[in-house]
Amino acid sequence: MAFLQISEPGESPEPHTRRLAVGIDLGTTNSLVATIRNAVAECLPDGDGRAMLPSAVQYAEGGSIVVGHAAMSHRGDDALNTITSVKRFMARAVSDLRDESARYNFTTPSGDGKGALKIVTRHGAVSPIEVSAEILRSLKERAEQSLGGPLYGVVITVPAYFDDAQRQATKDAAKLAELNVLRLLNEPTAAAVAYGLDQHAEGTFLIYDLGGGTFDVSILRLSRGVFEVLATAGDTHLGGDDFDAALAKHAFDTWALTRALSPAGQANLQAAARSAKEALTAAETASIKVNWGCGFDSTLDVSRETFVELTQPLVDRTLSAVKRTLRDAKLKASDIDGVVLVGGATRMPHVRAALESHFGKPPLATMNPDEVVALGAAIQADQLAGNKSGDGESHLLLDVIPLSLGLETMGGLVEKIIPRNSTIPIAKAQEFTTFKDGQTAMSLHVVQGERELVSDCRSLARFELRGIPPMVAGAARIRVTFQVDADGLLSVSAEETTSKTRAEITVKPSYGLADGEIATMLQSAFTNANADMQGRALAEARVDALALVQSLGKALTDDRILLSDTEHAALSSQIAHLKQLSEANDHRAIVRATEALNLASTEFAGRRMDRAVSAALTGKSLEQLL
Amino acid sequence: MPVTLTQAAANHIEKYIAKRGKGIGIRLGVKTTGCSGLAYKLEYADDSLPEDMVFESFGTKVLIDPKSFAVLDGTELDFQKEGLNEGFKFNNPREKARCGCGESFTV
Repeated sequence: MAFLQISEPGESPEPHTRRLAVGIDLGTTNSLVATIRNAVAECLPDGDGRAMLPSAVQYAEGGSIVVGHAAMSHRGDDALNTITSVKRFMARAVSDLRDESARYNFTTPSGDGKGALKIVTRHGAVSPIEVSAEILRSLKERAEQSLGGPLYGVVITVPAYFDDAQRQATKDAAKLAELNVLRLLNEPTAAAVAYGLDQHAEGTFLIYDLGGGTFDVSILRLSRGVFEVLATAGDTHLGGDDFDAALAKHAFDTWALTRALSPAGQANLQAAARSAKEALTAAETASIKVNWGCGFDSTLDVSRETFVELTQPLVDRTLSAVKRTLRDAKLKASDIDGVVLVGGATRMPHVRAALESHFGKPPLATMNPDEVVALGAAIQADQLAGNKSGDGESHLLLDVIPLSLGLETMGGLVEKIIPRNSTIPIAKAQEFTTFKDGQTAMSLHVVQGERELVSDCRSLARFELRGIPPMVAGAARIRVTFQVDADGLLSVSAEETTSKTRAEITVKPSYGLADGEIATMLQSAFTNANADMQGRALAEARVDALALVQSLGKALTDDRILLSDTEHAALSSQIAHLKQLSEANDHRAIVRATEALNLASTEFAGRRMDRAVSAALTGKSLEQLL
Repeated sequence: MPVTLTQAAANHIEKYIAKRGKGIGIRLGVKTTGCSGLAYKLEYADDSLPEDMVFESFGTKVLIDPKSFAVLDGTELDFQKEGLNEGFKFNNPREKARCGCGESFTV
């Protein structure tokens, strides 16, 4: 039978109306599931009382799949079949990977390193989506056992810099785990929600997320119930593990160990360093104790001072990312209304001290930093499931798209359809036309990014609109609609308005960006603004030149009779000259030559016009014309 | 007959009030609804009303309006765990039948 829960005064649910909803923090190192119980957000622990589930999946012998702590213990002895940090591989190609690439046997469907990677295990090749689905399935089981019924829906958190492909991959993983995704939520936004910052009228907050192996910093601006991501930065290879490693190296050096450690010995040392680090959060000294086996062991006392000395460079690295983010958002430290701590590594006192001295006030740290993202997701899930009566609807949180979405136009330029920081869901339409006479098909290339040139943005999808009725260039009207749903996922449709020919695509993303590149895309848009504008000018000049070359070339063939040989030769040579110029990079020269050719062909255009008019008039009476 | 809490129920209520950050105790009640006619209400109490009946178990205050008390007289509120699932349960001597899920009942 179902157990009862305590409700807020006046909010007791009608029997049989409560929908079970949870929030899931699907992390690189650890994952958690949380829900609202007794009107309070809390993480659901497993049978042993542990809330964190290591994001590790082992494809074990005998066909079974092991998830979490049990999988973690096989990381050493069954490394190739025990997958950790799978989040780094979501919607990635082998060519995107950095130092992780050596850890597993990767494969791709096409075999050329392009396209979504898979990991070869003893169960065959598994995709990162399937691996993530195992983690989600384990959390789902835990939640359903804890809540005593099937889940109505979940909110899953993703990093703010996740692009469409990575978000889609996360949604696919949820679908595989048979979860109903109510929404994907940005991790920093979830942390802000957990602290109730969405209840404020407005404010600017910095979310400092130092996890086990990744570091993210985001600046959020809240206004009228909408969280905008103003800037994000970080380091995908910096986390609590690096602090452990620094301490472990210190011990290794102090003990003057001469031999390289075995993998098991290395793991022992790392674990001992980790417990010492955790002890130093409360204590002034701690010791690193390693039992090497065979009755041989080593002990080293470390003071907090030494630990700080060893790891201050790591803290400084996070601080320079914080400063970079502030610069990107064009803000000063004093503009930040609150700093939110996320991730277990933010418990270290010198991390907090560094932030306090930089911002002049202590960071928000009353909640468990390991759990805060999952708790925020749970609050959001409860609202989206409709459990919150009263004013629940009114503070339904909106999110924004982090990068602009657009289409490639002639010359490799990007036409932005939906600008970044638009609140979602959103739909926007724009009209385009054909470039050539009699053009019956149009290729649409959907891109994401802030830069002016397609080659600098991320390619998301390509599709074709066929069956456009033949018309002169510029006459067809093609309406392209971009639609982004509440999860930030995109569908694009194109319709030729006279013939109602339609084509559409839900983004089936192509994978190609290198690790961390998304996070720096915004930054590069700012620093390259000048070069981008020049690139744009050049591309535009080329498009204009090409259009003139084409139309004039056609006219020269069609109406050769209207020109003397000298005139024809002069125009032809100018066309050739313009063609040649448009292959070079001087956009001013192209513009000048285009103008010159336009001027030179004015007379010819006049004669063509006269001829067309007289052809139209020939043999017609005045009555017919009037 | 007083309305009581078990030790486990009192402990969990205190824990949740601390997490929630406010509350003077717990309010029990009954409303007419559900497939079996009546449903239990279990809410945080932020203040007491003049007509409230007030009981105390293991240091935790229990508030009930007189109308609901007619049905809840002698009830014990327990906290139970079944595997990972946990929550509160009404042990009401007046309860004659309840629907399968336990969310509503008749007297």
